Amino acid sequence: MRIFRGVFAHTSGRIGGAIVALYLLLAFLGMLGLTPHNPLMQYRIDRLHAPDGAYWMGTDLFGRDVASRLMTGIGQSFTVAFFSVAFAALAGTVLGLAAAWFGRRWDGILMRIMDVLLAFPAILLALLIIAVAGPGTWTSIVAIAIVYTPIFTRVVRGPALSLKAREFVDAARTFGSSPTYILTRHLLLNLVAPLTVQVTLALAWALLTEAGLSFLGLGTQPPAASLGLMLSDSRNLMETAPWLMIFPGVTIMISILGFNLLGDALRDILDPRMRRSIA
Amino acid sequence: MIPLLSVCDLRVGFGRNPEANEVVRSVSFDLADGETLAIVGESGSGKSVTALSINRLVDFGGGRITGGSIKLRRTDNSIFDLTTAAEPQLTKIRGAEIGMIFQEPMTSLNPVLTIGTQIEESFRLHRGLTGRQATAAAKDALDRVRIPDAARRLKYTPNQLSGGMLQRVMIAIALACNPRLLIADEPTTALDVTVQAQIMALLAELKRETGMSMIFITHDIGLVAGIADKILVMQGGEAVEQGELNQILDNPQHPYTKHLLHAVPHFASGRATRADGRRESDRSTEPALKVDGLVVRFPVKSGLFGRATGAVHAVDGVDFDLMPGETLAIVGESGSGKSTTARAVLGLVRSTRGTFSARIRKTAAGQGALPVQMVFQNPYASLNPRLSIASILAEPVIANGGHVNAETRAKMTTLLKRVGLPENSLERYPHEFSGGQRQRLCIARALMLNPSVVVLDEAVSALDVSVQARVLELLVDLQREFGLAYLFISHDMAVVERIAHRIAVIYAGQIVEIGDATSVLSQPKHPYTKKLIAAVPTIDRRHERFELDTRQVPSLVRPLGFEPSPAKWDEFGPDHKVRVEA
Repeated sequence: MRIFRGVFAHTSGRIGGAIVALYLLLAFLGMLGLTPHNPLMQYRIDRLHAPDGAYWMGTDLFGRDVASRLMTGIGQSFTVAFFSVAFAALAGTVLGLAAAWFGRRWDGILMRIMDVLLAFPAILLALLIIAVAGPGTWTSIVAIAIVYTPIFTRVVRGPALSLKAREFVDAARTFGSSPTYILTRHLLLNLVAPLTVQVTLALAWALLTEAGLSFLGLGTQPPAASLGLMLSDSRNLMETAPWLMIFPGVTIMISILGFNLLGDALRDILDPRMRRSIA
Repeated sequence: MIPLLSVCDLRVGFGRNPEANEVVRSVSFDLADGETLAIVGESGSGKSVTALSINRLVDFGGGRITGGSIKLRRTDNSIFDLTTAAEPQLTKIRGAEIGMIFQEPMTSLNPVLTIGTQIEESFRLHRGLTGRQATAAAKDALDRVRIPDAARRLKYTPNQLSGGMLQRVMIAIALACNPRLLIADEPTTALDVTVQAQIMALLAELKRETGMSMIFITHDIGLVAGIADKILVMQGGEAVEQGELNQILDNPQHPYTKHLLHAVPHFASGRATRADGRRESDRSTEPALKVDGLVVRFPVKSGLFGRATGAVHAVDGVDFDLMPGETLAIVGESGSGKSTTARAVLGLVRSTRGTFSARIRKTAAGQGALPVQMVFQNPYASLNPRLSIASILAEPVIANGGHVNAETRAKMTTLLKRVGLPENSLERYPHEFSGGQRQRLCIARALMLNPSVVVLDEAVSALDVSVQARVLELLVDLQREFGLAYLFISHDMAVVERIAHRIAVIYAGQIVEIGDATSVLSQPKHPYTKKLIAAVPTIDRRHERFELDTRQVPSLVRPLGFEPSPAKWDEFGPDHKVRVEA
């Protein structure tokens, strides 16, 4: 509850929160089928119809309504982005904390594995995983999660190492606090700021990676819609039907803006040093 | 005669609206050739900002001079107003006419360049020297600040030199172009007492040699007695009092100056030790902490396979016992092993050998908890900024299997009240408290488990003098009330004199002198103890010349399997032992 009030009181939180809420609403309506038209229905006569009163954002090459497809596409893209980032953040935090806490050999082994993963370009690694597991929504989620795990591991490990050497951790040891308590209350709690920033950035990247995978035909499978797939379908028709590119592109752009604003606000709200000045 | 520097009605502000956020308000002073002005004040008094305004370095920290004038008489006797000068002109004046040294010599030098290159840079920029000439000038500069073996040291990088040596290098750089004004911003605060005495002696000697003027900024009014001609006392951005050295020290007018002079711990050679809670002669009571033959060694590894080739003997056979209600001060310089001893007692570092036993108190709360608790030096680093005070105080209880129930909460509020913090503190966060209040919080946290021994590792060193005095009083009160035994680790003899019953002087990992505080402080027997005591700055020592001692601390790295010869002790009086040096 306090977080909600904090977001509302924070200027960029209000804007970012409103954007994200609007997207969630659109995705929810899309899931319930409350779209202006059936997103899969092909209106043959109205192929490549420019935006007007009937088709708010025009139609595509097969005569499908772009606005309706966008609404279902948002749901699809967000599902992939949210879950993949959640998995990556969880795995990365656990691995990063483990590397920092156990140190020495464990740190070496874990971080070298992460280095190997980081050495591959993101899309190539995702391609490899999907090639092995076969395309589909859940394989995309897993692939993107694996690709972004090393980044979270690195983001967590560095600050965790320095926090581990701080005096309040030494103090905790002198009371005999358990490692679990030190890891959660002293290390993890102080990692909230870098993690929030990283999560908002990763959400934006994950949307783009999903778009990239769909573009290559390995993410969301047609005829289902996703923001990336719609963008990639538009590339040959850029001059004849620019709305096919503009609407998904702008949708992706605004969603990324929303995530970043909301992330900045969350970072401030979760910092006790900032709390007084906002509230 | 026109003064060298004349500051008139100086105002400095920060932020977007500097007029509204003034941190220095209407400061005026004159400085004649060869004079030394000491600016004294506590943190936040605006003393550093005043000094940084003179060479306009304050501009780089986001500050702006909002009013007043700073008139410098230049070499050609022209008067130059620094407040309105443009940056290119200032660059010529900085270094050439106004030199500056900072508090942290470790961070003021570039770690990847040799000190030779860094000294030469100053000669290159201001005197146009190059190549061999510059190197020769750099060597002379090092000789001038009494660095032995200067020619070889030029090739050293900063990490190869100690803090005191680096501060000398900084002074050499600042003096490279014979500035007529040297600004020293707390130049000895980060250094050990004996090194501090050396640097002060060096500055006094250089001042006599060159006839330069100096502005010396410090929080320690006791330190300025040896060097200053005039004192300016600052509080909250205003100059509350200024005048001649003797006048200020002997006959202060402003209440704040009186307060500062009263709060600063005066070292009285053992005459001001505590009279209460002395050790009784019969040894029937069981000690609260007994340390026997404590040894801490860190292996030194080298070669391809990381074989241990030697060991750092950080603590080398330390024994002492500590009675309930007694304070044992462990005194020594950085690297002497005093902190390592404390950390070993708490189990933060593993001891190589030796035993220690601590008496466990029979209380309901925190059964089986460590009977030894610790208060750390830095109150800003020892509290987790993300936890509320309630969570911070609850942690020791939770760690020992307790629960946050009504009893714990009651204990928290009593302790908070006892250490002098407001009752509504529980729901607040560490950043809302000042340094002194945070240290009180740390003390309250250490007392949550009813320890019998509290280790205070430089616990008051980071605090302003007036805050320091109040925290010391609190510690003494708590000791009487709860019968606590303190292991008080400090480098500051004057503070130690106020709180200790017994003193152990530690040098190179070994206790060299131990005994009753009065006896050790009034009749030090070991040469190292004498040196430490001689280095303590007091306001009684005015314009006293310090001996310049350039000896380095010996290396603690010993070959594998090295064992120190067993200690032989000379007894002086009932409770005063001194190690016999081989």
